[in-house]
Amino acid sequence: MKREETIRLAGLSIGYTGKHSVKQVAGGITDTIFSSELTCLIGENGAGKSTLLRTLSGFLPPLSGEISIMGKPLKSYRETELAKVIGVVLTEKNNLQNMTVEELVGMGRSPYTGFWGRLRDEDKAKVAQAIDLVGIAELRDRMVQTLSDGERQKVMIAKALAQETPIIFLDEPTAFLDYPSKVEILNLLHKLSQEAGKTIFLSTHDLELALRVADKVWLMTKGGEVKTGSPAKLIVNPDTGRFRFE
Amino acid sequence: MKRSVITGMVLLLASILVLFFLNLLLGSVAIPASSVWKIIWGADAGNDIWQNIILKSRLPQALTALVAGAGLAVAGLQMQTVFRNPLAGPSVLGVSSGASLGVAFVVLLSGRLGGVALSRLGYMGEIAMTLSAIVGALAVMLLIVWVAGKVRGNVTLLIIGVMIGYVATAIIGVLKFFSAEEDVRAYVVWGLGSFARVSGGQVATFAIIMAVLLPLSMLLVKTLNLLLLGDGYARNLGLNVNRARIWVIVCAGVLVAIVTAYCGPISFLGLAVPHLCRGIFRTSDHRVLMPASLLAGSSLALLCNLIARLPGFEGALPVNSVTALIGAPVVAVVLFKHRKEDTGE
Repeated sequence: MKREETIRLAGLSIGYTGKHSVKQVAGGITDTIFSSELTCLIGENGAGKSTLLRTLSGFLPPLSGEISIMGKPLKSYRETELAKVIGVVLTEKNNLQNMTVEELVGMGRSPYTGFWGRLRDEDKAKVAQAIDLVGIAELRDRMVQTLSDGERQKVMIAKALAQETPIIFLDEPTAFLDYPSKVEILNLLHKLSQEAGKTIFLSTHDLELALRVADKVWLMTKGGEVKTGSPAKLIVNPDTGRFRFE
Repeated sequence: MKRSVITGMVLLLASILVLFFLNLLLGSVAIPASSVWKIIWGADAGNDIWQNIILKSRLPQALTALVAGAGLAVAGLQMQTVFRNPLAGPSVLGVSSGASLGVAFVVLLSGRLGGVALSRLGYMGEIAMTLSAIVGALAVMLLIVWVAGKVRGNVTLLIIGVMIGYVATAIIGVLKFFSAEEDVRAYVVWGLGSFARVSGGQVATFAIIMAVLLPLSMLLVKTLNLLLLGDGYARNLGLNVNRARIWVIVCAGVLVAIVTAYCGPISFLGLAVPHLCRGIFRTSDHRVLMPASLLAGSSLALLCNLIARLPGFEGALPVNSVTALIGAPVVAVVLFKHRKEDTGE
């Protein structure tokens, strides 16, 4: 599969703009990410991982610098265009009642459906494909409210797959899961990056597991720095539990 | 569309037709069904009094219930979805309170400031009441829309809406204190809510306004479906969440404003009907829930109006008491039944 540049960041600075003040969370972020690449974003609580993911997803404007997605500045995308390029799996829990797994995954087709959101045959085929790829065919007709956390996470990943975006951002996809589910989700994401050529970018605290599947690691510090490197070069200080690159 | 959904819709439609006819048939004066049928179709039933009762009293009342029930149920569904709160209803944003405040200003102050009590003005007084309710409700709605543009959290917006309701109630309390007794009585009667208040001439205007607004509100089905997923996911799927939220609030707000202006504050229907429809159709899909709520809202309003007018009550029973007394157990039964099915108890 041809390796393509999907995300390019140049001197990116992220944070929040208030009425009278600007709070920078991290700055000077420069890197390029490619298709078929799985990047893990790690850092302590409060380092700004979610802020970075929200900025890259287009939810928050950057303070300065450039974000280029698929060769085009992020800010130049219209909402409906961006929905076909970036898929997300968030930590936000939706209390969905009376919706089947298939219907929820089908929502991923919204950017492609018409005014009423009706799925055409080709949309239904994409939904079925996403469900099969994630391995949740047996859950297809289950109501979402009856699923376990792990199953629900897989459904949201299938939703992102049905969205058919080259890039998927995931905010702590392994949080609140038991150990086997964590392994299963990360292996699935690895498979998607390798076999479907997706750019996967995820934040996580499950470092040991994540490092086994990651192609690249972004380390965010509370001082507002973001360092990037290979997982093999990441070392942990046994006294403080903090990470650094060799 | 699934066969069960189509069956459900057909049954709801049939229930509306039956209840609508029963609303024309039953009342304190007994009129044979054949005569009612003739009068509806413009034929001469040979009795002017019957004709007057049907065309000037029962028909406007049934039409009002039909339209108001649909409007409140659709608005309630929209509110519950946009706030992701099952307890949200048409009244939560203070829109009904705004209507009440508008009416209170006009009714309670007319005697004191204008020298003529509005309650004595008859038809003109009714029009003034309707207009003041619309102005009050829309003023509150504009305030809410302005706030919605400023705050991001739904809960904050919900709390502000409830606070506006409290402030409106407090101002009404002060106005009542300074008002003439007969005006306070007129206001209290308006506040009881009724489908019988809308006269033959007004009901046409009311029905036409709602016939435009209700189909327009159906245009929001995809937006509402996306909002179910939460702001983040909705945004990621291409929805401008802030704009969508404002559209839904405006739509629901206008529906409630118009219904409240004509019928007074009608409680319960807007809150309960969406739950009833979710229970019956077992879906969150607004392509099903919106038309279902519209039909079920009409049906339930007609049923409540019928009960309020049953022989013995003679129209004296406030429709708000009936909506809650009949509707609450029905919704509870539907919810319990499906909860048992879900958990397999």
